[in-house]
Amino acid sequence: MADAASINVRHLRKVYGDVVAVDDLTFAVPRGAVLGLLGGNGAGKTTTIAMLLGLLEPTAGEIEVLGVDIRRRRYAALPRMNFSSPYVDLPHRLTVRQNLAFYGRLYGVKDLKGRIAEIAEHMQVAPFLDRPTGKLSAGQKTRVALAKGLINRPEVLLLDEPTASLDPDTADWVRSYLKAYQNESGATILLASHNMGEVERLCDDVILLQAGRVFERGSPRELIERFGREDMEEVFLDMARGRGRGLESLKKGEAVQ
Amino acid sequence: MNGSAQRIYALVLRHIHIWRSSVMRLVDSIYWPAVQMVMWGFMTQYLLPQASFVAQAAGVLLSGLLLWEVVVRGNLSLSIAFLEEMWSRNLGHLFVSPIRSWEMATGIIIAALLRTLLGLIPVSLMAWAFFGYSIYSLGLPLIAFFAILQMFSWSIGLAMSGMIMRVGQSAESFAWAAVFILMPVSGVYYPVSVLPHWLQVISWGLPPAYIFEGMRAILAEKTVHWDMLAIAFGLSVVYLVVGFQIFQWFFRLSRRAGTLLGQGE
Repeated sequence: MADAASINVRHLRKVYGDVVAVDDLTFAVPRGAVLGLLGGNGAGKTTTIAMLLGLLEPTAGEIEVLGVDIRRRRYAALPRMNFSSPYVDLPHRLTVRQNLAFYGRLYGVKDLKGRIAEIAEHMQVAPFLDRPTGKLSAGQKTRVALAKGLINRPEVLLLDEPTASLDPDTADWVRSYLKAYQNESGATILLASHNMGEVERLCDDVILLQAGRVFERGSPRELIERFGREDMEEVFLDMARGRGRGLESLKKGEAVQ
Repeated sequence: MNGSAQRIYALVLRHIHIWRSSVMRLVDSIYWPAVQMVMWGFMTQYLLPQASFVAQAAGVLLSGLLLWEVVVRGNLSLSIAFLEEMWSRNLGHLFVSPIRSWEMATGIIIAALLRTLLGLIPVSLMAWAFFGYSIYSLGLPLIAFFAILQMFSWSIGLAMSGMIMRVGQSAESFAWAAVFILMPVSGVYYPVSVLPHWLQVISWGLPPAYIFEGMRAILAEKTVHWDMLAIAFGLSVVYLVVGFQIFQWFFRLSRRAGTLLGQGE
């Protein structure tokens, strides 16, 4: 793992009217690391990802991705980033090949034909490259969304529940692929997930978010030890149900930055 | 091809793929102008022996109709090109890609232009086949009329698309209707001089008024008013710049409000 941070977030805040979605969030992700963002619904995971991508304007704070100030110069970083979420669709009427070609062109991918063939093979979507994306099963769509997310070989990859809707076998295969991609390319991955097994397996570092604030941070092993639990599932439940040392710290105003 | 050209090409190609996958989506581009053309064609035949205004320039009503359809179809085609992204819940992916808003606007403008031509060329040929009237008899100025009216319609389409991006699809019906509010003051079927003075002031602030007056001058007097064309062109450029700025403004508001991720059917 290299020293330089790929993602640098300082005092990030997002407010919608009276609702504070993200509050004074500060973290850095070293180049080549996998960071997990964990939290219940409404904890601020998607809001944070949207701000990192420049899709959402922060109320306050600074974001740097690959050394680029996202609030002012996001187009300098976007070609080197990508994003995948099963909750943001790809155009239904376009075939898988047309969708991958469309995004490949937007990201300026060289040898697009070759890259589509390669990523389709890797993501096991080659057999239905010429089928309309809207006619695929949920699992197939998730794999196509991942293929789109990897089309430009991103240096920073933001994933929102990348294995949602996948059967356990395929989900396991996708995790292996992501790990291999990260090892091979040195990419930085930020992963929002509700799948604790996935987090344990993929993440070097985890941020537990609650009500838009950092509740705890550490490697999966550190968090499990700190909470005195067997696995990340139990750690998550402790946080969600207001149990464990982490919560005591938060109550005393010692939220981790 | 440089980055911007490639991204614009990608967006245009994406729309061509959509049309090829669903030809029905193009049908409305021909259907409504065709129905209007048939209706105004018969109206012209009925009025021809009775109204000297129509007798002097037999194509005046059909020309008005076809040129007004340039405005309507231009606005609709652009709005639909943008709405395609919302209907497919694709805005999230699109706006986190390296495509810039001016590239996106250019891409959907080109797609809208193609769609307008695909709709109106067959209808103009039908007008010639059914009623023996060719809009191409307007000659070279027709190209200027078309270009100016298209630019004006894109400015409305961009402003409407921006509003839909911010407000959501509840504003969709407004996008369809927006252009029709301008019809009474655009002098499509009658001269601007018949309007009350205060409406004439509004009318002369709109490029279509100059175009339709110019069209009548060609048909009735065989005269091309280049000065009017120049004013209309200048106004259209101003409207297009303003339309794009409104689109950008709504984009910034949407980024602040967080409405770009969750839009869709």
